[in-house]
Amino acid sequence: MRHHLHRLPPLSSLGPCIALLVAALFFSTQSSHFFSGQNFSLILQQSMVVGVIAIGQTLIILTGGVDLSCGMAMALGSIIITKFATDFGLPPVLAVACGLVVCTLVGLVNGALVTKVRLPSFIVTLGTMNIVFAITQLYSGAQTVTDLPDALQFFGNTFRLGQTSITYGTLLMLALYVLIWFFLRNTAPGRHIYAVGNNREAARLTGIATDRVLMKVYMLAGFLYGVAALLSVARMGVGDPQSGQTENLDSITAVVLGGTSLFGGRGTVTGTLIGVLIVGVFRNGLTLMGVPSVFQVLVTGVLVILAVATDQFTHKKG
Amino acid sequence: MTAPISDTIFQAYGLVKRYGHVTALDGADFELRAGEILAVIGDNGAGKSSLIKALSGAVIPDEGRMLLDGKAVHFHSPIDARTHGIETVYQDLAVAPAMTIAENLFLGREILKSGLLGRCFKIIDKKKMLSEAIRHMQDLKIGIRSMSQAVETLSGGQRQGVAVARSTAFAKHVVILDEPTAALGVKEGNMVLELIRRVRDRGLSVILISHNMPHVFEIADRIHIQRLGKRVAVVNPKNISMSDTVAVMTGAKNPEDLPEDAHA
Repeated sequence: MRHHLHRLPPLSSLGPCIALLVAALFFSTQSSHFFSGQNFSLILQQSMVVGVIAIGQTLIILTGGVDLSCGMAMALGSIIITKFATDFGLPPVLAVACGLVVCTLVGLVNGALVTKVRLPSFIVTLGTMNIVFAITQLYSGAQTVTDLPDALQFFGNTFRLGQTSITYGTLLMLALYVLIWFFLRNTAPGRHIYAVGNNREAARLTGIATDRVLMKVYMLAGFLYGVAALLSVARMGVGDPQSGQTENLDSITAVVLGGTSLFGGRGTVTGTLIGVLIVGVFRNGLTLMGVPSVFQVLVTGVLVILAVATDQFTHKKG
Repeated sequence: MTAPISDTIFQAYGLVKRYGHVTALDGADFELRAGEILAVIGDNGAGKSSLIKALSGAVIPDEGRMLLDGKAVHFHSPIDARTHGIETVYQDLAVAPAMTIAENLFLGREILKSGLLGRCFKIIDKKKMLSEAIRHMQDLKIGIRSMSQAVETLSGGQRQGVAVARSTAFAKHVVILDEPTAALGVKEGNMVLELIRRVRDRGLSVILISHNMPHVFEIADRIHIQRLGKRVAVVNPKNISMSDTVAVMTGAKNPEDLPEDAHA
């Protein structure tokens, strides 16, 4: 009996799928506009920034940490990209590269404090969240950066597929999910991330350089926040120093809703994508129903607590 | 100092380890012969675990020297010891519970795909890892149905089996087992003892640390008795009683009073 059980997907990966389906069905009955390719494309487009941030967040939570600075790193990245392109007149590609480098550096600082100084990631990123936010405000003068070159907005452009217009940025997001999914499943460094999150001491004793794994994870996550910055700039058409504030916690919400354990070592990016879509579907569906946005926040909060409680429950049982 | 006997594979002389005012190892000697199961016993505070940690690279001794296969070695980390062919199975079951058996067996030493895919992208060869895991576990007669099930679905004895199997898969010389039967029931304990015998029969030398005297007497070829930071005797379990052994271990009996043939 027992040997059959492990072949079924665990509750934690089936639950989010069911939740997403139920939510989609519910909103289909509530609004005639919900169930359409155009609306689904819109949900994806609204989710692409938090979706890419949530990939980085997943990697960090898989190691048993958490990143509270992700949204702020993204905001700094978008200011760097837009200001370097406008103020310094850098070619857009170079400006984007600078943004990616700066976000990766934020990850490097987080990783160094976690591995070298041995501080809990919660505290480290709580600190860098505030520091990075302040730097963003100081550097931008709390002003939105406008008059961007068209090239910076490429990923906000759409192409038509039948009746539906699809944003290039959503394709980039989905491509990143596929890439990281493959990396986590099929490569040795990917499996080492799970090992570190599962049992750090055991991983170290088997010869895995656990500190190096953690450094790489924090830097890769930072790089992904940089990509999210590019998507945010493309979507809004400006560099906004106030951006990233909802994405900061929404990314954690999505990861947890997707069935990744806050204890580390268990979870998938496919789950996170579903978590991102759950948040997106709720936001979109409640908007279509005309529910005030404050209730959307309330519902997201309830969902998170439900998801964490499920995680706690299954973890204790196992 | 005696000249190394030809079949001695791993030895240590005059190991000293101090922690502040506490002297855990006070000039301890150690000798392991090729293809034997050597049990290491001692009361709490006898320096048993410090000795094992020094041998496995987890602790760097303050003084003394170690020889592996006749050559001097200095271990700075467990990984150092491992690259010399000494594998340790830790008491607290150093496994990653949510990962599969096959993954745990190859953790940190994954089999990569041949060619560019393996070298550049470090893509693992799951099929090969699975078949190697099955072959290895069958060699050791560990009866687990599926290598792709998570380690946390296994019983304590099976988990210990996975940990032992991992160490033997990669050990070239020595396997160190720290209390491998401690948390197990009778049946599972016997299963692990049987496994340890098979490991020895494959030509590896085994160092077994255990508090369980019946288990020690059942499978050890020789017993190293550690007391007050030193080796006080090495006895032959076939020619000494369990109570005499415990008496030497606790200091109630002087090892010189033992009959000649009790020493090994």
